[in-house]
Amino acid sequence: MKKGISRRDFFKYLGIGAAGTVFFEGISAKPAAAGENLPSYDVGPLKITKTKETSSGCSYCGCGCTTIVYSEDDKVVYIEGDPDSPINEGALCPKGTALSDVYTIVDKNRQRVLNPGRLTEVLYRAPNSDKWEVKDWDWALSEIAKRVKKTRDETFEEKDENGVTVNRTMAICQMGSANVNNEEDYIINKLMRGGLGVVDLDHCARL
Amino acid sequence: MFLIIGSNPAESHPMAMRHIGIAKGKGAKIIVVDPRFTKTAAQADIYVPLRPGTDISFLYGLMNYAIENDLYQHEYVQNYTNASYLISPDYHFEDGLFSGLEEKDGKLVYNTASWAYQKDGDNIRKDPTLQDPQCVWQILKKHVSRYDIKTVSNVTGTPEDTLLEAYSTYCESGKPDVAGNLIYVLGITQHSYGTQNTRATCMVQLLLGNVGMPGGGVNPQRGQSNVQGACDMGMLWNNITAYLAVPDATKHPTYQDYLDVTTPKTGYWSNTPKFVASLLKAWYGDKATRENDFCFDWLPKSDGKDHSHMSSYGSLEEGHIKGVFCWAENPSVAGPDASNEAKALEKADWMVCVDIFENETAAFWRRPGANPAEIDTEVFLLPAAHIYEKEGTRTNSARHIPWRWKAVEPPGQAKSDLWIADRLYKAIRKEYEDGGAFTDPILNITWDYDQQDNDEPDIEKIAIEINGYNIADGRVLGTFGDLKDDGSTACGVWVYTGYYYVDPQEQDPLLKVPATKRHGTEDKSGLNVYPKWTFVWPLNRRIVYNRCSADPAGRPWKKDKPLIYWDGAKWVTNDVPDFGIVNPVTKAPSPPEVTANAPFIMLPEGQGRFFNPSGLKEGPMPEHYEPVESPVKNPISSQQNNPMAMRWDGIFSKLAETGSEEFPYVATTVHYIEHYQTGVRTRNSPWLVELMPEQFATISPTLAANLGIKAGDDIIVSSARAEIKCKANVLPIVRPLIVNDSPVEIVSLPWHWGYTGLSQGDVGNNLTPFIGDANVAVPEYKAFLVNIRKA
Repeated sequence: MKKGISRRDFFKYLGIGAAGTVFFEGISAKPAAAGENLPSYDVGPLKITKTKETSSGCSYCGCGCTTIVYSEDDKVVYIEGDPDSPINEGALCPKGTALSDVYTIVDKNRQRVLNPGRLTEVLYRAPNSDKWEVKDWDWALSEIAKRVKKTRDETFEEKDENGVTVNRTMAICQMGSANVNNEEDYIINKLMRGGLGVVDLDHCARL
Repeated sequence: MFLIIGSNPAESHPMAMRHIGIAKGKGAKIIVVDPRFTKTAAQADIYVPLRPGTDISFLYGLMNYAIENDLYQHEYVQNYTNASYLISPDYHFEDGLFSGLEEKDGKLVYNTASWAYQKDGDNIRKDPTLQDPQCVWQILKKHVSRYDIKTVSNVTGTPEDTLLEAYSTYCESGKPDVAGNLIYVLGITQHSYGTQNTRATCMVQLLLGNVGMPGGGVNPQRGQSNVQGACDMGMLWNNITAYLAVPDATKHPTYQDYLDVTTPKTGYWSNTPKFVASLLKAWYGDKATRENDFCFDWLPKSDGKDHSHMSSYGSLEEGHIKGVFCWAENPSVAGPDASNEAKALEKADWMVCVDIFENETAAFWRRPGANPAEIDTEVFLLPAAHIYEKEGTRTNSARHIPWRWKAVEPPGQAKSDLWIADRLYKAIRKEYEDGGAFTDPILNITWDYDQQDNDEPDIEKIAIEINGYNIADGRVLGTFGDLKDDGSTACGVWVYTGYYYVDPQEQDPLLKVPATKRHGTEDKSGLNVYPKWTFVWPLNRRIVYNRCSADPAGRPWKKDKPLIYWDGAKWVTNDVPDFGIVNPVTKAPSPPEVTANAPFIMLPEGQGRFFNPSGLKEGPMPEHYEPVESPVKNPISSQQNNPMAMRWDGIFSKLAETGSEEFPYVATTVHYIEHYQTGVRTRNSPWLVELMPEQFATISPTLAANLGIKAGDDIIVSSARAEIKCKANVLPIVRPLIVNDSPVEIVSLPWHWGYTGLSQGDVGNNLTPFIGDANVAVPEYKAFLVNIRKA
């Protein structure tokens, strides 16, 4: 990246850069200039000093606001609207402003800590159990695959009552999702419909 | 000029509201039609209160007013709509029912033969004078003439003078150079006749010449960050991807049948075979050949029945569905009759939930009143990554598809949904390597997304597969015009072609990137088009049906803000035109008259429909029916409800009767800005929970006084399905409306709460009815009956 590029310009380079991020040395807040008849404050450096900036988006409504995520050591420090976006022009609503809460919240000691509600483990609830158990990915993926195969194989219809080839299972349903990325939806649909033969596949556009 | 009906952008789409506010500052008028005096209504020039479920009456009243007072856009109606088309002489309409109603297998259905266009061979018969009594214009005029101001006022409960003020103001947009922008959302769609409500909004915009105009249009505001994209990707049961119909064993047993039935002779959908062949090549690769119909038979075929959300729950309840994937969705809060939906999950053998917090659907086995020891469903809850913990695109209400980059690693064991889907496929494939039912698609589907030195699937490969490429040389395609039906191209989602294409003509190195990743901020036309701000499907076209922005001779209706126009020798374009601006053979400019009679390129007849000859399930035109649960008899006809509304049996059949004394008030569900849908994320945000801490219902001061309820009291809201406890909010934002000379009280009910997370409360949707729109099975959340008492 060429020297002397402004911060605003940087975000136009996003498509070229591999990661869409930059380490930005943020400015410190400065006391009012001496000689002006204004109160002056001794203010520390801004929270976003030495954070990494990444262009991302809001995960809530359909407006499609672009955000700038400020992070430090994989902790989300602050999120603001991207002033370049013709949609939100730098603004965010209350939900968008609180997007960082989904990752880290400010605790009683005024420290940024992981939101205690976030799922960070694979969980399993056995039949008739009243609790979750922590499992690992390998176990869960393999057990899910066994369930899928059993249900699919027991219910798979190659032909219907009229002899038409239907190659379907109507015993597995897939719900969601308007809350994942297009590329993710695409391969979920490809797997469920194109691979397994699922017919009952719908998401909350309906709701 | 804005007509905002059944939508509250100030709370639900705040950045859309910001632009509406900017327009207001420049002199735009705002009309808000809503049962509630919303935050959006507070910014309106005219606020129109109406009874939930009476939108068709309001909109037909508007059309009737425009026709009677000659305020519609004559030239637009004459040239760009099907007003002049002649309809079968057998068509008639009487007392709320259209011709062709039959009983079939115990159910009412319409035989649509009498709704067809009259034809001479392939040519539709027309009357350009619009005088023939069988022409669409005369049928429309007669149909809406029943909705005079007095009648509409009696149905909607809106005072007559308010109706007149709203109608006369919005009819200003019937002037050729004035654009009217109609915004709607769930207040229009979530009814047992929601599709017809939507049709009525389209008809208003056609009548006033507002479709295809800069600043105009029929604009649904999408409720989720990727609800548009999920539809495009094929996450609805009835389309494979990109609105290609799902194969149906009863309609298309073979590939040739599929192509014959789904491909019209004219209009852009005549290219369907290219889109389907390219999709099958994208999914089944080398195995898909012309000889084997590109493996069309590997796709599942439906059985001719509905398989949308509510039908799947009906199937669960009946014990047919045994396994459930629930991917970042929470129907135990979002679904209709939600407590019975949660109960139906008990019938599943297993369920896999993917989310970033524990949600009520994953936790259905420990919901209030349930005994976990009696529920034997296994549940896997997989931790997922949030938007800034992964990369990829989402599609907004305006069809922008911006790329989002990854800022941080997801916490702990959480993974991107891309990783989860990829590993799930691999685990399932492994199980099938030793055989099983119909293994061909599982073992052979294209799935080459691994990358070196990185645990994540290669999203660029997936993006190119969605975008489409030439198989021989891997060239990424810039337009779906290059797709072929012979198996030489692959494309997962045809409408997205171009989103991952790098324009070789681009001079600015900053913008010479895949189109989705562009952050170009120029807007040379000054029309807020921003053509290089990311990519908009289709083909980066910002305003669809843009031929309609100019008159038949190619002169822009709005001379000061021309979008696309003919300068006498060629077309000048400020947007990507959706019509041929040059002759495809000679490459000479194509004069305006070539495209003047077919601006609606996605319709076979090329002209906008006031009258739909193939029909929706309940008719070729909308008609007012009462919500299935209503306090009154239908004031318009003796047909009380939509005869085609979808209903279910068993636990999902509980309904209040018309005029119920037990449940006398009309409830409607609503959103607030501080919470998002089922609240999974926002109810876990300390900031947002502090702003909006608990479940409540809003009632009018008159109802509160009648029931002896004060603001802040605990109340019980009950319906024929369930009852919930919450706080009373007493405000005059809802007021009783006078219908058939009697007051109808309205209850406004947010539904963001549930039994998991930081802020908990009773599930509002436990109260809503399990009734679906006749055409698309959207639940009737927006009008149902309740009672209220002090807790």
